[in-house]
Amino acid sequence: MADLSVNICGVDFKNPIIPASGVFGYGREYEELFPLSKLGGIATKGTTRHLRTGNLSPRIAETPSGMLNSVGLQNPGIEHFVSTELPNLLTKDLVVLANIAGSTPDECAETAAMLNDTDVHMIELNISCPNVKQGGAAFGTDCGMAAEVTKKVREATNKPLVVKLSPNVTSITDIAKAVEAAGADAVSLINTLLGMRIDINTGRPILRNNVGGLSGPAVFPVAVRMVWQVANAVNIPVIGMGGVSSGRDAIELMMAGASAVQVGAAIFTDPFAPVKIIDEMNEFLDSKGIASVKDIIGTVKPW
Amino acid sequence: MKYTQGKFIIAEKSAIARNIYSFTISCPEVAAVTSPGQFVHIRANGFTLRRPISICGIDKAKGTIRIVFEIRGEGTSAIAELNKGDLIDMLAPLGHGFTVKPDAERVVLIGGGIGTPPMLPLAQAYGEKATVISGFRNAAAVILQDDFRKTGADVIICTDDGSTGYHGLVTAPFDGILNRDKIDAVYACGPMPMLKSVAAVCKEKGIFCEISLEERMACGIGACLGCACKTKRNDEEYFAHVCKDGPVFNAEEVIW
Repeated sequence: MADLSVNICGVDFKNPIIPASGVFGYGREYEELFPLSKLGGIATKGTTRHLRTGNLSPRIAETPSGMLNSVGLQNPGIEHFVSTELPNLLTKDLVVLANIAGSTPDECAETAAMLNDTDVHMIELNISCPNVKQGGAAFGTDCGMAAEVTKKVREATNKPLVVKLSPNVTSITDIAKAVEAAGADAVSLINTLLGMRIDINTGRPILRNNVGGLSGPAVFPVAVRMVWQVANAVNIPVIGMGGVSSGRDAIELMMAGASAVQVGAAIFTDPFAPVKIIDEMNEFLDSKGIASVKDIIGTVKPW
Repeated sequence: MKYTQGKFIIAEKSAIARNIYSFTISCPEVAAVTSPGQFVHIRANGFTLRRPISICGIDKAKGTIRIVFEIRGEGTSAIAELNKGDLIDMLAPLGHGFTVKPDAERVVLIGGGIGTPPMLPLAQAYGEKATVISGFRNAAAVILQDDFRKTGADVIICTDDGSTGYHGLVTAPFDGILNRDKIDAVYACGPMPMLKSVAAVCKEKGIFCEISLEERMACGIGACLGCACKTKRNDEEYFAHVCKDGPVFNAEEVIW
């Protein structure tokens, strides 16, 4: 039994596997299937200052080895999260990363500040949602704006701050360095890649929002590449995600430089995926005689 | 247990019409907690997203459920390749089903095309109290009518081309029944225009009406918020989710 624990920004995780924001709600639906305490942490559904209704349907489309979504940050608002969802999650013996988003830097900061008096463990600031018209990806695709929103949120919160980055950029390392300089304690990547499908019988895009975020195994090699580049460019921890669907994938992303791994679309294929991934990581480490998962972080030996 | 995920044995498989298959699946723990109107979320080998398929039969004594589905694309095609004796990966039972009203004396069940299968467990619940109206493109597409007759229900078939039964839409015989009998509840599943017109008639006459919707879906259990449907509750509009709040909705809640 290898030691699977990791520490990010002073927060202890019993294992490095975290369901990614948006796939797992606030945990209640999956708790019907397995105890949340099996997980290292949970990245909650992206939550905004006020309730958001989200985009029109269809919001989901299948793609080769993946899927598109354009939910559009439907959520009940931070006050509901603080009063109802967070107290429940804090009893579950796992790290809670409150994923927050907003249309303006001030809105993000205000949302973050509302978590100051709570026991939430970390904040994951989403500057990369491709499915909302204002904010979202606009913050994440410009170094200046990414730094500005990070700085505002940094000033508003004393919680460890993880900034979630968009892959829809020319240089993700520039964005990562900008948010590091602005006070981020860690970065998480990659959010979804912007994509589109068209129903050729009707000539209409499948998604009502026309475009949406691509996730699933199709994006995994992009995630490995970007995690590797960012881990080499910054001095803060990297939480990796993007198409991870097995323990071997999670090990690969950690070798690329991730200190923990989020699991997204794989949960739709197999709701037990996060639990199986933890078991598979353990088996791999044992088979290689590696005592601690920490010993593989960033160990890729590039040519 | 509300729902579970696992691999279950396909006990029977048959092709019941062109591109339409029936599976009977041995899953006692699922069958024990399934009610009419719920659905199963099936993993299609090689695909990221599961496919939601309505439940067409529940046999708690035998510990089986039955599904009837049409090949619509590559995912359902992969599911149709499974055979008797194979394992099928299901997350089930899911969703909010139909409200069976014990005091109802006369009910009408309306199914359009591949919307007819979820009506069968309801027909079994209501027996002779039910009239089942099913609409199909043509005689070759007709499914499940013997099963409906076995429940004791009155059975009416409509086809678009008149190749069997009434020539025309389900709404014509439906109007006839409403003019003749006092109907306590109406249930429908099928194409949106059909559901919309059934809902409008029921609203006008003040008849309790539930409809079953479908939408592109990811998690199936209410976590991802992918399958949104615009509804109205307490005069406020909000996006409900077909997988958890539905697939069955009171017709008056749906904003068409």
